[in-house]
Amino acid sequence: MSYEIPDFLLAAPEIFMLTMVSAILVVDLFLPDRRRVWTYILTQITLIATAGIILVAGGEDVAYTFNGMFVGDPMSDVLKIAVCLTVAVMLAYSRSYASFRGIYRGEFFVLSLFSTLGMMVMISANHFLVLYLGLELMSLSLYAMVALPRDSGISTEAAMKYFVLGALASGMLLYGLSMIYGATGSLEVTEVAQRIADGDAIPTILIFGLVFVVAGIGFKLGAVPFHMWVPDVYHGAPTAVTLLIGTAPKLASFAFIMRLLVQALGIQQLLVEWQQMLVLLAVASLAIGNITAIAQTNLKRMLAYSTISHMGFLLLGILSGTIEGFGAAMFYSIVYVLTALGTFGMILLLSRQGFEAENLEDFRGLNQRNPWYAFVMLLLMFSMAGIPPTMGFWAKLFVLQAVLSAGYIWLAVVAVMFSLVGAFYYLRVVKLMYFDAPTDAHPIEPYADVRVLMSVNGLAVIVLGLTPGALLAVCQRAIQLSL
Amino acid sequence: MTGPALLSTVIWLPILAGIAVLFTGSDRNANLARWLALAGALAGFLVALPLYANFDAAAHGMQFVEMTPWIEAYNINYHLGIDGISLLLILMNTFTTVLVVLAGWRVIDSRVGQYMAAFLVLSGMMNGVFCAMDAALFYVFFEATLIPMFIVIGVWGGPNRVYAALKFFLYTLLGSLLTLVAFIYLYTASGASFALLDYYRLQIPLSAQILLFIAFFAAFAVKVPMFPVHTWLPDAHVEAPTGGSVVLAAVMLKLGAYGFIRLSLPILPDASHVLAPVVIGLSLAAVVYIGLVALVQTDMKKLIAYSSISHMGFVTLGVFLFNTLGMQGAVIQMVSHGFVSGALFLCVGVLYDRMHSRLISDYGGVVNKMPVFAAFFMLFAMANSGLPGTSGFVGEFLVVMGAMQLNFWYAAAAGTTLLFGAAYTLWMYKRVVFGAVANSHVEALSDIGARESLVLALAAVAVLGMGLYPQAFASVLHISVGDVLALAMKSKL
Repeated sequence: MSYEIPDFLLAAPEIFMLTMVSAILVVDLFLPDRRRVWTYILTQITLIATAGIILVAGGEDVAYTFNGMFVGDPMSDVLKIAVCLTVAVMLAYSRSYASFRGIYRGEFFVLSLFSTLGMMVMISANHFLVLYLGLELMSLSLYAMVALPRDSGISTEAAMKYFVLGALASGMLLYGLSMIYGATGSLEVTEVAQRIADGDAIPTILIFGLVFVVAGIGFKLGAVPFHMWVPDVYHGAPTAVTLLIGTAPKLASFAFIMRLLVQALGIQQLLVEWQQMLVLLAVASLAIGNITAIAQTNLKRMLAYSTISHMGFLLLGILSGTIEGFGAAMFYSIVYVLTALGTFGMILLLSRQGFEAENLEDFRGLNQRNPWYAFVMLLLMFSMAGIPPTMGFWAKLFVLQAVLSAGYIWLAVVAVMFSLVGAFYYLRVVKLMYFDAPTDAHPIEPYADVRVLMSVNGLAVIVLGLTPGALLAVCQRAIQLSL
Repeated sequence: MTGPALLSTVIWLPILAGIAVLFTGSDRNANLARWLALAGALAGFLVALPLYANFDAAAHGMQFVEMTPWIEAYNINYHLGIDGISLLLILMNTFTTVLVVLAGWRVIDSRVGQYMAAFLVLSGMMNGVFCAMDAALFYVFFEATLIPMFIVIGVWGGPNRVYAALKFFLYTLLGSLLTLVAFIYLYTASGASFALLDYYRLQIPLSAQILLFIAFFAAFAVKVPMFPVHTWLPDAHVEAPTGGSVVLAAVMLKLGAYGFIRLSLPILPDASHVLAPVVIGLSLAAVVYIGLVALVQTDMKKLIAYSSISHMGFVTLGVFLFNTLGMQGAVIQMVSHGFVSGALFLCVGVLYDRMHSRLISDYGGVVNKMPVFAAFFMLFAMANSGLPGTSGFVGEFLVVMGAMQLNFWYAAAAGTTLLFGAAYTLWMYKRVVFGAVANSHVEALSDIGARESLVLALAAVAVLGMGLYPQAFASVLHISVGDVLALAMKSKL
């Protein structure tokens, strides 16, 4: 085999980011604490510049490099840009929070960037090992971030749980992947699909492997019955880290599912197999997520269960097995991330030195303390609940359309019924903000950039709700060109 | 077609005005918020008038049509158009908004901007429902109306407002979610179209029609509300502030009935025929049973709420009679009930603002202290009991005649409302207004001022105008009702 010089350009964003992270790691060592803001600024520049590079370098075609291990396609471009921007917004939201929680250190930024890099690798992987590499890079950075407040018992416990269950999930996934390797003789996504299509694979082993892969995906996504870690980690992690865990990795997970299930194992017979598994995961997630969320008094835990139910909805889009459905699911994941960013961002915004606004009670009377933030939160909650004219409605509508056109009428009815249950606890937040009197009179004084970002975030929910066409078209087109 | 985008103006002007009012900020600028809201509401009403002036009562189909692609991937269009039925409801809606803004002028003293903004936005959204010719657009407006009403009930409502607001929201959401599934089914069945006009032409087998009918029914019956899914309404009415009750009774309930006329009948004619006896039965149950329930209420707002349900029973009855008289009567009844029930809630609001009680037993002899008010209240009470010469009479009379064409017993049962309606309304009126001054609180009452007189006078003009010259309203209806019935009579099997 002759050595071929790989097309490095395709991986330019990842290479750029890696270089920058290494540089930031070194630069930060020489910065005193009061100059820490430079680390922040460099990190932001890295993220924005990476998004810029992807935007410029991205094309309409599907290209492979590194011997077919790495792929660049429109889907990966869109998702990677979304990931970079999400992390950038997350860092902006968490700046003041991180400093009074004592995690405003170099590690916080470097680990964020490393996990971002992991997500980007995951999104662009065309090879099971690269996929795994990206997944682990992302996960290990996140485990460490959860444990950043090392004196906090609850954070350490969460990190431990996250790590142990995450490792278990990785084990399952690897086991499944090894089965598929055994059945097809290849680890490359496109190659595996080809071998299965040619009938060269051993069906029994393949399906055995598939089960483990789906279980691994379930763990990473936080779908029922593999959801146990989600509430504890969301609750235990410092809110800034919860914000990170709750947003960008969902986009990476979506790509992960697309590469594994759709691109590698998406051939007709297998599709039916994993469709059935995903139906179970989706319905269980919708049910447990929405019903358990009602009983929560801690907003972070409530949002954790709400995430579980949203992941159920995301799975619905994927299991429809049509291009339209995948596009709808991609739209759903981006919409969800945008909404979750704002929601967790609001917790960060209301927190201050020595006080975390993580209980539902802390939102009491927000409308009287600050009507604008209350209104933004109202929009976010209605978007989560899927009430028009917010964008959350369209996300649900498009997924439901895909589910119905795949012939699962009962599934659509189940999904909307659980949305009704879901509406209750989102409405409760609105109720606390608007109908109750405040118990906390501290002024809310975020930094100017956070103020602007939060307003943009809130308005995006409604503006995209009135004009969802453009973003949807981007998602649909990306999927169409990539598959 | 006249003027550019008249319907869009009718929808978006109040919404933009509402947003502007929202930006007046805290209660320091309360007066600015009030005047701005009044200007917005008046402008909203004034831009709706050219619709009536330019409406061609002799033309079939939709008028003032606007059509722009909205979400191309799913073939969703921003498609608006109205017929005579929508026209009347839009006029009634924009008119009611003016009343509500005036009625809340002094009474609402906290977060005035938000209160006024909620009603303006709500008014625009409901106009949107009446104009939408695209199922997705219809659904967006239909659902979105829940948000401002939820806030209105929950923030400015009575002691049990949280319960009422949540019940209102979740109850109505339950119904509409099933409608959403029905819409998506129709989208798939029609080959990727959300256009209502395509659905009108779509052939659907009876079994599917019946399921779709049930899905639509879940949304619209809850909204109307029909017996036995009416239980959210008394709670919502009792807890809502006066303005909320007025809009709820006058306009929001009509969204349900409008849905039956615009969606259920033309899209699912066969299922509508098959299930008509059930709907008629439920409507008659509402008319008779709920009428009796209203009789025993001790709370004025609850009494009017039950009276609303009973009157709305007339509307659904008229719609499902499948004859011109019935349908025309139903639409006129919708508009008339909007004015009458709205006015009655305004009257109760006037009393509540002074006494902070809605219990009939706390009153008595109000006429001695508030003669002007008593006169207005009398008029609306009479209209509610269907006195000839008021708007209440026209609709009920037409529906009873329509029912008579179909079946004597339907008409007989429906006719009892003239008895019960008069009984519960006038008995309440007698206990509250007549007699000797009941207690020191009543003794201390002062008659209505200029602003309240203006509000009630406006409502009175509408009630009397419609009763004395129904032709102005009926003339625009004739062709439209015929169109709907033609679609409803054409089998799709």
